[in-house]
Amino acid sequence: MNQKTAQVNSLANVAASRATTKSAQADERSGSSTPEAKRVGAGLQAQNVHAWFSDKHVLEDVSLNFDFGTVTALIGPSGCGKSTFIRILNRMHEFIPGAAMAGEVLLEGRDIYRSGVDVTKIRLGIGMVFQKPNPFPSMTIKENVLSGLKLAQLKVSNQEELLENCLVRAGLWGEVKDRLNEYGGSLSGGQQQRLCIARSLAVKPEVLLMDEPCSALDPGSTLRIEETIRELSSTMTIVIVTHNMQQAARVSDQTAFFLSDGGPGRMIEVSSTSDIFSNPRDKRTEDYVTGRFG
Amino acid sequence: MTTLQRRVEIKPTKPWAPSFKDLLPDLFTFVITFVAAFATVGFTPLKGKLGFSVMVIIYAIVFSALLSLIRQDGKAAVNSITTVLVYIAGLFVILPLASILYEIVKRGIGGLSFGIFTTDMAITATDAPLTEGGLLHALVGTLYIVAIATLLSVPIGILTALYLTEVKGRGAGVVRFFVQAMSGVPSIVAGLFIYAVWMIALGNSYSAAAGAMALTILMIPTVARTSEEVLKLIPNDLREAGVALGGTQWRTVAMIVIPAARSGLITAMILGIARVAGETAPLLLTMGGADALNLNPVSGNSSALPTYVWKNFMLGTETSIQRAWSGILVLMIIVLIFFTFARLVGNRQGSSK
Repeated sequence: MNQKTAQVNSLANVAASRATTKSAQADERSGSSTPEAKRVGAGLQAQNVHAWFSDKHVLEDVSLNFDFGTVTALIGPSGCGKSTFIRILNRMHEFIPGAAMAGEVLLEGRDIYRSGVDVTKIRLGIGMVFQKPNPFPSMTIKENVLSGLKLAQLKVSNQEELLENCLVRAGLWGEVKDRLNEYGGSLSGGQQQRLCIARSLAVKPEVLLMDEPCSALDPGSTLRIEETIRELSSTMTIVIVTHNMQQAARVSDQTAFFLSDGGPGRMIEVSSTSDIFSNPRDKRTEDYVTGRFG
Repeated sequence: MTTLQRRVEIKPTKPWAPSFKDLLPDLFTFVITFVAAFATVGFTPLKGKLGFSVMVIIYAIVFSALLSLIRQDGKAAVNSITTVLVYIAGLFVILPLASILYEIVKRGIGGLSFGIFTTDMAITATDAPLTEGGLLHALVGTLYIVAIATLLSVPIGILTALYLTEVKGRGAGVVRFFVQAMSGVPSIVAGLFIYAVWMIALGNSYSAAAGAMALTILMIPTVARTSEEVLKLIPNDLREAGVALGGTQWRTVAMIVIPAARSGLITAMILGIARVAGETAPLLLTMGGADALNLNPVSGNSSALPTYVWKNFMLGTETSIQRAWSGILVLMIIVLIFFTFARLVGNRQGSSK
């Protein structure tokens, strides 16, 4: 029991230290007189979101705000609807045959599911990094990073600058700057995932969704990607699904705990990350974050 | 002490590799099989190469099974029998192919000269010596029909495959069924169809284009089915990544899915060409046949290598049969050149990886 408490304490400490750095960062930014975090209507809001696969109700009534400039971690055991939820946030859910949903997802105050909306523009504004690194095999590293521009037919005045900027922000520039014309497949798994992050950044999304981005990576690469997330968090809204509690504690500002009791998945609790790990309101959250189940 | 010594000197070995001593019984079986087969052919009424081959197969099965039974047990004997059967089946596949290739090269090479690629048969008599005349007209005809059929069927075939794998429209099941049914259409039916519709009903003349259309009907199902299989292998992750970057479905398919499947799609094209390059029956109905070079692919009687071969065998003189064999050899070489070229194009990217 002592051990469990110790673990909770250590996670809470990690989360607390994260909160401190975050507020320090916020102070720095407020110095430049642009309180981006308080931008009106910015960020993403999910309101009363439900999801179904055919007749199976897999997600029930999730309402969650993602403020601009914050990192939100979604945690919970497998099959609780985290990935389904994150895929609803940028309209990838509809690609699964038999999928259905209810509720609203507001980007800058407007529902991304309203009729007549240009879906490709929505996905351009809400980027996604997948569980498995998936660089385009027929493209070089450079082409991979810039592929979003070609896919969405965007014009950019200085491609070289954008290329370097994205790779630097994804923490990959130093490793690939001399091999930009090699194929993406020649990189290691961790590098490929950072390449995918760089690729998502090139189209300048306001929101970045990450579906277990580190689940296939070694600890070194994971750490590198967490640094990347922290660096990115000041300029965009980030939502990350993770099975790794330490990771949630290290990178996120708020954490939402999802759980399914055999029926549809529900959001049990959402709170600041330090509260979730040090002072959870719900017994089930406490059990999960202390590793008593799941 | 000896075991200790052995442990000290460690060398990389392959304990599973059979030593010469282990191979001796197998060698013995091999020898005794042939000796027994010789003896059977020599001392019994069973004669000839065929009899010898049959006896070799039977003895190989019997002796290897016996050997395994003596050395090990019944399970090992069954294992030996199946091993021998698999080897024999492999031989049965290679032998006819190798012997066809050998025969074509042996018989065709005699009529091969530079001249046959520069002249046609317009003013050459049926029994003229091989130094006169050539197959230029047939060569040009074959290149025309294969090129036109490829141009028509590859886009249609790949688009059909994209409908089946990417669009997944309501009609996908029906389309897939018809594509499969089409691949079973006898080639003469394709020829008759073009003959009845394009030539009789619409009043067009014999031409290389008409022949190419008949071949297109045969080629589309092959290209579509192979392309579908290839496109199915492209991981869904890539499509999702493309769409998540703000691409439309068409841009995602054109920029990511097709390039990723490129070498497979080229294989689909090659298989399609292989399907039609040697077709004869539909061409007899649609190209009309000619002895003179016809450079106009859309009008006028023309010839292709398969019809040239067919016609020369029909003529039956010594030189015309020689011409037919040379025609087959040239057709084979063309197909080979085309395959090699397409492979090189398809692998260019792979090699630079």
